[in-house]
Amino acid sequence: MTENLYQPMTMKIAASRDEAPDVRTVRLEFPDEPSRAAFFAKYRVGMFGLYGMPGAGESTFCVASPPTRTEYIECTFRRVGRVTSALADRDVGQTLTFRGPYGNFFPIETWKGKNILFVAGGIALPPLRSVIWNLLDRRAEFGNVTIVYGARTVADLVYKHELAEWAARGDVKLITTVDPGGETPDWKDKIGFVPTVLKQAAPSPAGAVALVCGPPIMIKFSLPVLKDLGFPPGAIYTTLENRMKCGVGKCGRCNVGKFYVCKDGPVFTVEQLQDLPHGDM
Amino acid sequence: MKLLDSKKLGDLAAALAANGYRVAAPIQEDDAVRLKEWSPGAVIRTDAIPINSAKDFLFPRSEIIGRCKLEGDNFTPEDVPPDSTKTALLAVRPCDVAALAILDTVFNWDYKDEFYNARRAAMTIVSMACTRADAQCFCTSVGGRPDASAGADAILRPADGGAKLIFDPLTEKGQALVAAAGGALADGEAKADPPAEVPVRFDPKGVGAWLADNFDSDLWTTLSLACLGCGACAYSCPTCHCFDMQDEATRKETVRRRNWDSCGFGLFTAHAGGHNPRANQSARWRNRVMHKFSYIPDRFKLLGCTGCGRCGRLCPAGMAIADICAEIVRASEALKK
Repeated sequence: MTENLYQPMTMKIAASRDEAPDVRTVRLEFPDEPSRAAFFAKYRVGMFGLYGMPGAGESTFCVASPPTRTEYIECTFRRVGRVTSALADRDVGQTLTFRGPYGNFFPIETWKGKNILFVAGGIALPPLRSVIWNLLDRRAEFGNVTIVYGARTVADLVYKHELAEWAARGDVKLITTVDPGGETPDWKDKIGFVPTVLKQAAPSPAGAVALVCGPPIMIKFSLPVLKDLGFPPGAIYTTLENRMKCGVGKCGRCNVGKFYVCKDGPVFTVEQLQDLPHGDM
Repeated sequence: MKLLDSKKLGDLAAALAANGYRVAAPIQEDDAVRLKEWSPGAVIRTDAIPINSAKDFLFPRSEIIGRCKLEGDNFTPEDVPPDSTKTALLAVRPCDVAALAILDTVFNWDYKDEFYNARRAAMTIVSMACTRADAQCFCTSVGGRPDASAGADAILRPADGGAKLIFDPLTEKGQALVAAAGGALADGEAKADPPAEVPVRFDPKGVGAWLADNFDSDLWTTLSLACLGCGACAYSCPTCHCFDMQDEATRKETVRRRNWDSCGFGLFTAHAGGHNPRANQSARWRNRVMHKFSYIPDRFKLLGCTGCGRCGRLCPAGMAIADICAEIVRASEALKK
C-alpha cells in the first residue's frame, strides 16, 4: 500500500517556552525511532514542515532546531489565526501533528571556512536560529559568525536566553537592536532600525555569505546596505514564506512568479529573486 | 471494426456496469449535460459538450484525505483508503483527455499523490472524437485536435453521418472494455465522419513570449476588469488542480478535506497576518494566465490549457481565456510594429 502523502505523524510536546508576546517555541518528540531516523536522514537546515492540530488545520513554519540536535524538533510561531491558536492552546504532554521536512536548504556544506553574517528582524529569527545553532555545533568548520538582530521592542526579541548565551560566547559577534521607542530603561545594546545598525556594523563581504530574514520592509532596506558593503547577490540568502496547504508542489498557491516556495525554496539567493519580474507575486 | 448504434451508448454503459464497472458519461441533467455516474434510465448525450470536465472523476471537488478520532484532549489518526473503484469514463472529449497529461504530472512530480493515482489506475478512458465544435472551442490553438486519441484507452468515432459509433480500443484497458461490452458492440463496417473544424485563435508561443516580458503590463488591469472572482473558470477547467485543505470537527472526530480552490479567489494567497501578496484581481488573473502559459510550460514542457472552452462558456462576466490570449498576441504584434 502506498503512503498517504498528506498523513502527518503525531508528535508529543516535550517542552514549550513563551518567547515574546504571542510567540511560542515548542519542542516535539518523535513517535518512534523509525520516524525519527527517517526525519533526520532527510533534514537539512532551512527545510520546513506543516504543523497541525486535527480539527483546526495545518500551518507552515521552518524547523527552528538544527540537524545537529537529533532527539527532537522545535518550531517557533506566533499566535495569529485559527491554526496557530489551536497549536498554542496545546500543553506540554499533549500532541500535535507534523509533516515534513519539505523544501530545499541552506548550502552550508559549501560555506566551510567562510564568515557568516545573519541579519534578522522580529519573528524571522527562528528560520535562521536553526542555521546559527547548526554552525555553532560545528563551530570549527566555519569562520566568523556575526548576528545582527532587531525587533520593534525589547519584549519582541525572541530566544532571549539564547541571545544572552550567544553574547557570552567569545566566538560569536552578536548585535541586537530595538526600534526607537522600543527600548527599556535597562536596555544596553543598540537603538535603531536593523538596516542602520547593519550599516554601522559594516561587516566585511570578503569570504562571507549573508543570510537575511525579516519583515519585507527590513529586507527592502537591508539589501542595499549589503550591496554597498560589497556582498554580491549570489552570496545573500533569504528564506521565503507564503501561504501553503500541501507543502509538496501540488496545491498551487505558494508560487512567487515561477518559483514554488515549497519546492524551489524556501531558501533563495537574492540573485535568484532579482530575476523575478516582481518581488511579491 | 467494432460498432454500436449512436443511440445505444446506454446499452454499452449497462453492459459495462453489469461487468463491475462504475460508468460515467455525459448525461442529461435538467437543462444541462453533465459528466456523471450512469445509472439505468440515464440519458447519455454525445451531441453537447458537458459543462464539467473529466477531472471530476480523478480529483473530485471535495474528498476526505485525513481522519482522526477524538477522545478528550487526545486524537488518534485513522487510515483513509483511496478510492480505487474500477471505472469507465465514456465519451470524454479529446481536450479533457489531453488534460490528464497535466494532472498526471502535477500529482506525480517528485511526491506521489495516492488519492489521484488510485483513481487513475482504476480508470479506463473512452474518448469521443468531436465532429462538431462551438464558438468557444479552441483545442487547435493549444496543440490539440478534435479527433486526437492520445491518452485515451479507446476512442469512439462518429460514423455514417452520426448514426453509428466506431469503437477503437487503443490499450489493454480498452480491449478489456470490448470483452466486457459483449453484445453491446457489434462487428461491421462504417465510414468515420470528418472531425469538427476548429479554427486556430492564437499562437501559444506568441503568448508565452509576451508573458516573459510583460509581468508589469497595464494590459493585466484592462483584461481583468470584468472578473468577479467567482472561480467558475477554475472549477470547470480540466487542468486547474489547485486545492485547499480544510478541517472539520465534531466532538468525536475530525476530517481533513481537500477541496478545489482557485487562484481567482482573494483568500487564495491571503496570509493569516493580513498580508496578501496577490492583492487585486488583475494580479490573480495574471497568475491564472501565467500558470497555464508560462509556469507549467517552463516546468513540465506542457501547455497548461487544452482549449476546451468551458471557462468562456461559463463565465458570468463573458471573459474567455482564448480571447485574452488572442488579445495578448495582438498586443504583442502591435509592439513589434
